[in-house]
Amino acid sequence: MPSTNAKPSLQLNAQGQLRHFLNIDGLERSLLEEILDTADSFVSVGEQAVKKVPLLRGKTVANLFFEASTRTRTTFELAAKRLSADVLNININTSAASKGESLKDMLQNLEAMACDMFVVRHANSGAAHFIAKHVCPDIAIINAGDGSNAHPTQAMLDMLTIRREKGGFENRTFAIVGDILHSRVARSEIQALKTLGAAEVRIIGPKTLLPKAPDSLGADKVYYDMKEGLKDVDVVIMLRLQRERMQTALLPSEHEYFRLYGLTNEKLAYAKPDALVMHPGPINRGVEIASEIADGPQSVILKQVSYGISVRMAILSMTMSGQTRPVTAAAPINRAPQ
Amino acid sequence: MTELNNIGQLLQKVTTELKDYISSQSLDNPAMVGIHTGGAWLAQHLHKNLAFEEPLGTLDISFYRDDFSSKGLHPQVKPSSLSFSPENRHIILVDDVLMTGRTIRAALNEIFGYGRPQTVTLVTLIDIQSRELPIQADIVGQSVALSKQERIKLRGPDPLNVEIHHITQQQD
Repeated sequence: MPSTNAKPSLQLNAQGQLRHFLNIDGLERSLLEEILDTADSFVSVGEQAVKKVPLLRGKTVANLFFEASTRTRTTFELAAKRLSADVLNININTSAASKGESLKDMLQNLEAMACDMFVVRHANSGAAHFIAKHVCPDIAIINAGDGSNAHPTQAMLDMLTIRREKGGFENRTFAIVGDILHSRVARSEIQALKTLGAAEVRIIGPKTLLPKAPDSLGADKVYYDMKEGLKDVDVVIMLRLQRERMQTALLPSEHEYFRLYGLTNEKLAYAKPDALVMHPGPINRGVEIASEIADGPQSVILKQVSYGISVRMAILSMTMSGQTRPVTAAAPINRAPQ
Repeated sequence: MTELNNIGQLLQKVTTELKDYISSQSLDNPAMVGIHTGGAWLAQHLHKNLAFEEPLGTLDISFYRDDFSSKGLHPQVKPSSLSFSPENRHIILVDDVLMTGRTIRAALNEIFGYGRPQTVTLVTLIDIQSRELPIQADIVGQSVALSKQERIKLRGPDPLNVEIHHITQQQD
């Protein structure tokens, strides 16, 4: 439900509906639950013979990926297509950006082509926010990952997976393990879990891969020892070791990392017997997770991918809804009988 | 002021007429689908009284509405649930109130998303004669013409009741 006391913010319109989706931070629990409820309904669309609904017919979604991605880009593309939108995938490497066109010029050109939404992934923190605020305020901007800042749709698809598999967040303990320092996923996950009422969120990792003030992320507890940190948790969220982001030698070796922080049967045994194992992908087998765990009965890694489509359908349609719904009292549709 | 027959009479009428219709049209092994929320309540009643074998299907047509660009997404969308494929089946589509015909247009689109039915029979408790699309019901409990200040509301699911509200300001 739209919040009645919504503060004006970049992400929300005057009625408290989403008009951009940039960050979990600042969104109320009721809105996150509305996203999950809507996504739940879209799961049934994925089970139909014709996996398509006409909601965004006539709208154009441009996927702007300035950074490599397989899962996020393809699931956004599928989500938009299942909503009947037209999809433009801009390959930045072969676009005029490589000829020196500025980002601002490129986006304004796309706006002139009457695109309705931009799905943006960028290596710089704050890129989607910048575009929403300064470049294309009339276009719905969805953050598909910005630097080490936020990856809100990943967080929401993980929340949907947890809610569908575990039934909820309250009275449950969550552990996020690995490269917290470089992880936009971790930041968004912690915000989403705490907003949705998680009892305890732990972060686990080596000191070199945790921020200098680990509690600044909003987590409840910090562990450097994985076995201790996994004790009695309900959900284990593994993070990928972001090799491409590591500019300095923070680790002795991948082998050493696996020994200390790789998820194995031995370490998973410390969590509750029915604990879920999650990973945003792509997984580095034998670096942060053992193959037998990734493919094992507690793993919901592939369900996360499927639910990612439903969550992105929900977010695309809700932000488009927030853009199109008349903010002022436009003529209501007359449904009174004649 | 418009008068409605009591709910018992209305339910009896649609139940009997639907039973006769299924038999006269030789609809073999029909399957029933109700539209959220009132249509699903009515469908539960019919499904039980006519002893349909297939579990009842329910549709939320929010994703198929034609007013998304002016009204946005309904904030409380419920999942649709169809445990059977409508492919080559005789579908009994149930809604509480038939007014403009737009809900039925959207529901037909959604059903076709799951498969191509052989026939679709439309059942409604109340037919308000203010159609905007060429859609008619096969089985109707009662036809009424409402004034501009009158709205129909079905309450349920147990007990079902249908009443006419008089509105003082524009609602939707």
